Amino acid sequence: MDELKKQLKRNIISQLNLEDIDASDINDHDALFGDGLNLDSIDALELIVMLEKDYGIILSDPSEGNTIFKSIEVLSRYISENRTK
Amino acid sequence: MDPKLSFLEFSKKAYKEQNFDYPKFFKMDNLSKLAFLASDVLCNNDIIKAEDKEHMAIVLSNRSSSLDTDRKHQSTIIDTKSYYPSPALFVYTLPNITIGEISIRQKIKGENAFFVLDKFNAEILTQYAASLIKNKKSNFVLCGWVDYDKRKYNGFMYIVARNGIYKHSKEFINKIFNSN
Repeated sequence: MDELKKQLKRNIISQLNLEDIDASDINDHDALFGDGLNLDSIDALELIVMLEKDYGIILSDPSEGNTIFKSIEVLSRYISENRTK
Repeated sequence: MDPKLSFLEFSKKAYKEQNFDYPKFFKMDNLSKLAFLASDVLCNNDIIKAEDKEHMAIVLSNRSSSLDTDRKHQSTIIDTKSYYPSPALFVYTLPNITIGEISIRQKIKGENAFFVLDKFNAEILTQYAASLIKNKKSNFVLCGWVDYDKRKYNGFMYIVARNGIYKHSKEFINKIFNSN
């Protein structure tokens, strides 16, 4: 799980072009949206694509992202339980 | 700045040197980054007052449209077995998105247009800007040429004002474009 969290942080920084942010800057419980990493709606769509591409998880309802993308902790748990690759 | 810098290096260096605090810059495509950097030099609040930006217009042009980003988007959808279009890339597959980025940054809410032309055409820009001012749509018009394709880029911007310093004519605009 810890390795997955590290991988997620690296992927999020890389795929969302988060400049001047290091994986170590992201706390597992930090909010990804709002006050946390300050991600926006396009970033949310990008995360949905990342879930499908990297972990084989297809979100049938994009609004599920509100819960799944709450934090690295929540996201990593969801991926562990639902990944197909 | 070192002319040998890649656009990525140049744009990042320019961003840092200008002390911008605008993380969204790094999510933009190269064409929008170029337009953002050029416009920020001209449109900062020391030059154009915030209240004057309310009805400021933007008229930009280029040759390559958003082709550089279009190709990158195409590469994400060309393989049906690995079909993962990037939403963050897709939103930049129109050249007039550059105007949106400038407008958001500068809080500009006036008229806008983006022309895709074979080459820089001062006549079109001059006539369009003059028309906006004559018809009292705007007192200031940000005009220019922002082109990016295959790592080659050219950015040229100027502001036409109702009471400007220089006489607004296609000859004058051509002169400053060609001395660029």
